[in-house]
Amino acid sequence: MTSFPWLSLIIFLPLVGAIFCLLVKAESARWLALGITVADFLLSLPLWWLFDSSTADMQFVERASWISSPPVQYSLGLDGISFPLLLLTTFLMPFCVTVSWTAIEKRVQLFMSMLLVMETAMLGVFVALDFVLFYVFWEAMLIPMYLLIGVWGGPNRLYAAIKFFLYTLAGSLLLLVAILALYFHGGQTFDIIALSRETYSASLQTLLFLAFFAAFAVKVPMFPFHTWLPDAHVEAPTAGSVILASVLLKMGTYGFLRFTLPMLPDATVTFTKPMIALSIIAIIYGAYMALAQTDIKKLIAYSSVSHMGFVTLGIFVLNIQGIEGAVMQMVNHGITTGGLFLCVGIIYERTHSREILDNTGLAGPMPRYALFLMIFALSSLGLPGTNSFVGEFLVLAGTFLWSQFATALAALGVILAAAYILWLMQRVVFGIPAPAHRAHLLDLNARETATLIPLIVLVFLLGIFPNPLLSRMHTSVTHLLAGQKAPAVAVDAQRAPREHAIPAATITVATSPPSSEQAGTR
Amino acid sequence: MTVPVQDLLAILPELIVIGTACLILALDPILAASKKDLLAWLTLGALAICLGLTTSHMTGRASAFSGMVVIDSYAAFWKLLLYIVTGLTVLLSLAYLKAERLSIGEYYGFILLSLAGMMVMVSGADLLTIYLGTELMSLSLYVMAGLKRTEARSLEASAKYFVLGAFSSGVLLYGISLLFGLAGSTRLSVISDAIATQGTGNPILSLALVLLTVGFGFKLAVVPFHMWTPDVYQGAPTSVTAFMAVASKAASFGAFLRVFVEGLGGASADWSVLFTVICLATLALGNLVAIVQTNIKRMLAYSSIAHAGYALIGVVVAGGSGSEGTSTGFASVLLYIAIYSFMTLGAFALVGMLRKEGQESDQIEEYAGLAKREPLAAFFMLVFLVSLAGIPPTAGFIGKFYIFMAAVNAGMAWLAVIAVIFAAISAFYYLRVVMVMYMREADGSSASHSRLETSPALSLVLACALAGVVLLGLFPNSLWSLASQAAPFLK
Repeated sequence: MTSFPWLSLIIFLPLVGAIFCLLVKAESARWLALGITVADFLLSLPLWWLFDSSTADMQFVERASWISSPPVQYSLGLDGISFPLLLLTTFLMPFCVTVSWTAIEKRVQLFMSMLLVMETAMLGVFVALDFVLFYVFWEAMLIPMYLLIGVWGGPNRLYAAIKFFLYTLAGSLLLLVAILALYFHGGQTFDIIALSRETYSASLQTLLFLAFFAAFAVKVPMFPFHTWLPDAHVEAPTAGSVILASVLLKMGTYGFLRFTLPMLPDATVTFTKPMIALSIIAIIYGAYMALAQTDIKKLIAYSSVSHMGFVTLGIFVLNIQGIEGAVMQMVNHGITTGGLFLCVGIIYERTHSREILDNTGLAGPMPRYALFLMIFALSSLGLPGTNSFVGEFLVLAGTFLWSQFATALAALGVILAAAYILWLMQRVVFGIPAPAHRAHLLDLNARETATLIPLIVLVFLLGIFPNPLLSRMHTSVTHLLAGQKAPAVAVDAQRAPREHAIPAATITVATSPPSSEQAGTR
Repeated sequence: MTVPVQDLLAILPELIVIGTACLILALDPILAASKKDLLAWLTLGALAICLGLTTSHMTGRASAFSGMVVIDSYAAFWKLLLYIVTGLTVLLSLAYLKAERLSIGEYYGFILLSLAGMMVMVSGADLLTIYLGTELMSLSLYVMAGLKRTEARSLEASAKYFVLGAFSSGVLLYGISLLFGLAGSTRLSVISDAIATQGTGNPILSLALVLLTVGFGFKLAVVPFHMWTPDVYQGAPTSVTAFMAVASKAASFGAFLRVFVEGLGGASADWSVLFTVICLATLALGNLVAIVQTNIKRMLAYSSIAHAGYALIGVVVAGGSGSEGTSTGFASVLLYIAIYSFMTLGAFALVGMLRKEGQESDQIEEYAGLAKREPLAAFFMLVFLVSLAGIPPTAGFIGKFYIFMAAVNAGMAWLAVIAVIFAAISAFYYLRVVMVMYMREADGSSASHSRLETSPALSLVLACALAGVVLLGLFPNSLWSLASQAAPFLK
């Protein structure tokens, strides 16, 4: 193991950049932010090879004392669950900068600075190994996000910003009380690893589960706590939407995986059924709501509710396919939905409207744009060969082991996804162009193309070769499940590694996709 | 009667403060109007000497004047805090009095006299000593609240503060007299012994407890004794408001804890119930009424009421638990008030110096577009407000963290849950100011917009307050160790 402080550098490089962004001119702030985010990505890239996928232990660990009494540590580390999310974040941030290049005209310095502060806070959440440190990063995100939505957002931005803020804050404050309760019942430590080893009484677990749920379910967001999401997504500037959809939502599900499952195994088993029910409601309800939207961003926002339903479903079926699928789906949703929001931002810059009816028939005037949009859309509905298929397939396979009925219901969401996405594409890509905007419909410029291409590459790369990523999370997920004590789950956990020996890429090719997929894509 | 020299040495800081106050009052008529700044620098010099003296008294416990006064690290903690906030207030006043064209040299004299009262309060080990300190502090503050002699609101504030303050002093004195009847002495240690031998069943004791609670409740501005706060905070000159909201509250907490723990600790089961009710009412009313305020000084007044509520949580859990968690409970109160001081002082400093056409802009609406006009001022305000809302990585979070921790430790997690709900509500009104500053455009011509009137003194105040809020948020270790060293001296 290396003693080089990889994680600290990755986390705090953007913060340093944020300070300098405030001191320079607007144009320089853009370049500086781009430079910093790219540098941060390049800095995080070597971890892909340095990461040891044979161990479930935390890697690249850094420890220092922060507060002496009570003992709060500045401790960081990565495992197979946080690693993909760290890379996803550093990968996406440069595109958040490039997509805002001309879209953000006022107070550019502050905007770029807030983006970079967000990056620091988000990365901190994923690598913190101390519960209080985690909480500090988790909450530190609220103010920059509030400003991103509230200052640079759409017409109804003030309402959306405060709603986002209060929903998240109320949930997280309960988490704070739960953290303190854990401290006193878990051997007077805030160390996440040590707290996960302790056992807690059933009644305490139930209370803690509810408090954790309040914080994480709001962030995911799970039905019925999702109402802030459509508002925030629609009003946020493009970069804000991308951050929200691609990274922020993952924090909720990451919280479930990092805290709820290992620390509260009994309560997790007790609450499995309601959690799965809420996930399935979110899948179907989100998809159903997406069908009815006339605003493209709102449609994607509701589709996020549906897709995140798959993630929570995968987590709470508590088997290896489900959880690996969930982590995979977290990454995929980040790439695909991030891509879709980038596309919407690009067209919004031209037509200044997010209404479907104002943005029809783009295939003619903007062929390249239409192609990219189509690829992201097909990925979003889980077409085999794209990344989302792998995640959704694994989640459904995991659910199948738990209950076939639940799988059937969840698969309904895939069909609905095909319906709303294809209907959207039919209008936006192949409809008759609205004459009013004809003049503005210039195809992608070099900057925009460069923004989308890397995402497109990942869509196919992860769709066809998911194994490098899956193998990096495998040991950690197995370790996570080994902590679960329910007998039915234990059987799955034992059987799973053997099934997993078949490379997922082979699964993609060899097994025929579920019939619903075929029905949906037709 | 002769006073022993070592007694006088023990209260040397108090003597220096009072001596400087007298010197200022004597110099004021002699000095030319243009040289009045000299008085402020004189004040700061005296504070610096006191700071050095008190720092050297940090350990151990000594009493003076046959036990009327104690010098221990508990008193030292409060005194250090008081020196710092008084020093910052003096710097703020330098800028503020000039902007308001108030050229009153006595002002600094009154600040020092008030400070002397506060120092006596936190060092007093006898109810009468504490009472005298309270009166010295309050009488000086009454005068300072009415310093804007041409403004009706300032005079109203002064009169209101005086009438209610005098009333509460009377109630406090009545409570003291009952305790004297009960114990035969006003010495805290004697009262404590009397309660230990007589038990807590005596109705006179209960009445005395209630009367002392009312008396201190006024000084602490907790519900239902908070009525004067918004009017006085709004009407008084802003530098005085800052001083009242911070120094007077800190000193009152210092004396209040000393009286209720050292003197009435035996009856803690009784008073902790009483304070639970007051604490909940304070949290609820302070936070809910703050939402509807349109004047930022009134909003900050209600916010300071609410913050007294959070600090009271620490008192309640420390008094109620009676276990080894007690001293961490009190330490969390000390820490909370210290952190509260920096963020509140910073916010009031900005409020006082954001002005248009020579007038203070104290309507929240007048802050529209501030982030564009005065990016730095808006950013400072943002940090202070975020800290008041208790969001990391600012010091406000650390304060709440320790308070909630004490509550959960004492098995009163429900109180922490209620408090966090109100903390979420409080974020709403703090963020509303952020929203106006950052997200609303100013209308009208640029001449009628409020701007920050900068001066070196103000910059220094803001820099210190910001440093306090940020550094204590990131590195709370030293402050916490000071607070947890000081707290065990109660008892």
